[in-house]
Amino acid sequence: MMKFSGTASYIATPDLAVAVNAAIALERPLLVKGEPGTGKTELAFQVAAALDAPLITWHVKSTTRAAQGLYEYDAVTRLRDSQLGDPRVGDVKNYIRRGKLWEAFDSPKRPVLLIDEIDKADIEFPNDLLLELDRMEFFVYETGETVKAQVRPVILITSNNEKELPDAFLRRCFFHYIKFPDRQTMQAIIDVHFPGIKKTLVNEALTSFYNLRDMPGLKKRPSTSELLDWLKLLLVDDIAPDTVREHDAKKLIPPLYGALLKNEQDVHLFERLAFLARRG
Amino acid sequence: MFLQFFEALRAAKLPVSLKEYLALMDAMDRHVIAEDVNEFYYLSRSLLVKDERNLDKFDRVFGEVFKGLESAADLKTEIPEDWLKALSERFLTEEEKKQIEALGGWEKLMETLRKRLEEQKGRHEGGSKWIGSRGTSPFGNSGYNPEGVRIGQREGRHGRAVKVWDRREYKNLDDTVELGTRNIKVALRRLRQWARDGAATELDLPGTIRDTADKGYLDLRLVPERHNAVKVLLLLDVGGSMDPHIRLCEELFSAARSEFKHLDFFYFHNCPYEALWKDNRRRQTDTVPTLDVLHKYPRDWKLIFLGDAMMSPYEISMPGGAVEYWNEEAGAVWMQRLLDHFSHAVWLNPAPEKHWAYTVSVDLITQLVAGRMFPLTLAGLDGAMRELGR
Repeated sequence: MMKFSGTASYIATPDLAVAVNAAIALERPLLVKGEPGTGKTELAFQVAAALDAPLITWHVKSTTRAAQGLYEYDAVTRLRDSQLGDPRVGDVKNYIRRGKLWEAFDSPKRPVLLIDEIDKADIEFPNDLLLELDRMEFFVYETGETVKAQVRPVILITSNNEKELPDAFLRRCFFHYIKFPDRQTMQAIIDVHFPGIKKTLVNEALTSFYNLRDMPGLKKRPSTSELLDWLKLLLVDDIAPDTVREHDAKKLIPPLYGALLKNEQDVHLFERLAFLARRG
Repeated sequence: MFLQFFEALRAAKLPVSLKEYLALMDAMDRHVIAEDVNEFYYLSRSLLVKDERNLDKFDRVFGEVFKGLESAADLKTEIPEDWLKALSERFLTEEEKKQIEALGGWEKLMETLRKRLEEQKGRHEGGSKWIGSRGTSPFGNSGYNPEGVRIGQREGRHGRAVKVWDRREYKNLDDTVELGTRNIKVALRRLRQWARDGAATELDLPGTIRDTADKGYLDLRLVPERHNAVKVLLLLDVGGSMDPHIRLCEELFSAARSEFKHLDFFYFHNCPYEALWKDNRRRQTDTVPTLDVLHKYPRDWKLIFLGDAMMSPYEISMPGGAVEYWNEEAGAVWMQRLLDHFSHAVWLNPAPEKHWAYTVSVDLITQLVAGRMFPLTLAGLDGAMRELGR
């Protein structure tokens, strides 16, 4: 069996790799949590790429219901068709719309199914999927058929912690919390995203970045994806490593900080601290 | 051995069930992981822990149960204890620590470490690994350096100075530590009650189908959108002993503001008396009589007090006990009036729970609110919201 250990453009820490491989081997869903911007959703894309499997994504919103992932019965269209005398109306199958789970169960090749941001949905949403995720089958009441997975899909679920998930649901999942990468891991992540980037620039940028993250009182601390965006900007503008540092110079705010700080109050706080540091 | 591990986890109040234990056994049977204690740690963690708040507990239990396992399995050459001790002393003495701090550099420290590591490598070419453990090596010791220095980075997986679980990186995710706004919001959401009122704008599909079937033609039915119908009245203690908690209170306040559509707040000092106020700068002139508050807000509003309840007992029990002015009636009388009116009420206390027992006034307030005092931690907030949601 193929083992997942990150890809050319994704660094998976050993604990993440173990969790992914175990979830694949035991055919159970993997629940991934972590700070925003640490690559939870990206993980599904990379696992699909590494396993060479088709990827089916189901982005959950506050209005999404569990049944939509299975199928939807379009009663309104059928009613309209019946009034217009459409011949298709006789077969109820014409009005069943397949959901993402059905799609995943039907795939002849083992797919990767991403259920993104499960915490956005109603509090009952995970409970409604218990049996489906456990047995990987469900029943279509309208036609009386049972849809069963041909191959059990690899299921990845992400959550941003907006709601607590029910115990019964958690018991069926593997769980992994992506912790914020330390400097070495971050270095590796940057290396795969920007091969050939100047070492000095990375060094200075990382120092600035971690200093910024350590600043007390920040409302939204910048994360991996913001760092990558920032580096991209720095590269595009061809900014010299010295400018990024600015330890003692007059302006202490790193260039293009808009990529890192997304909150007005954070920017103010930062400017104030920079001002104090300059005086002192 | 694994059963013992399982029992230890249960004893530490980690919610693990038999099902998860069996899954772990299954995974071991199928050789999902290599025979390596680190991989076993990762595997069992991802199977047995389902909430990042429990990660720290898990690390502690794992460290206790499997103590010495790594050294038994991994070490090929024995390294004398004294040698380790000597090394750690040589590594960084107290003086050196001070020196490094004086040099003001984490970078500097890293550099020193790097140099020492290189020395270290030179000396031990015989295939033995050098190890360190908590307490003997200054690196990775969470007391001195909360992040933990990953000494083993350049030597690959086995060279770690500190065992992965001993690093306890998830320490601040434990639910007994104070929290950020986002976590508060999550906890506050327990209070949500969905209700439908307002304009009918959403298609009611079941209703439409039912009515259409009844009437024989397409009959669209609409229902109002549902939204959070909880109403909260927040009374905040300001000034004096509350000053150290101001950040935490701000966080709770801002989280509550965005979470509840119906939220109103007033300030008081130490204990509510006959007047409350909304603006701390005009607290002497611009006050609202507490009786008006009682009359304005109906009984279905939920009342949350936020204060440390640390004051002189007289401020609660005696008329004229207030620190700022002469109060005709005792604080307890006003508290009772508020509590009689609002049947759903809790007192949130930002002071650590272990300090409560030393203050008489906290006891008095706890009695007044009939035990509904909760610490301002994630767990406490959770309990408070359950209480209010009843």
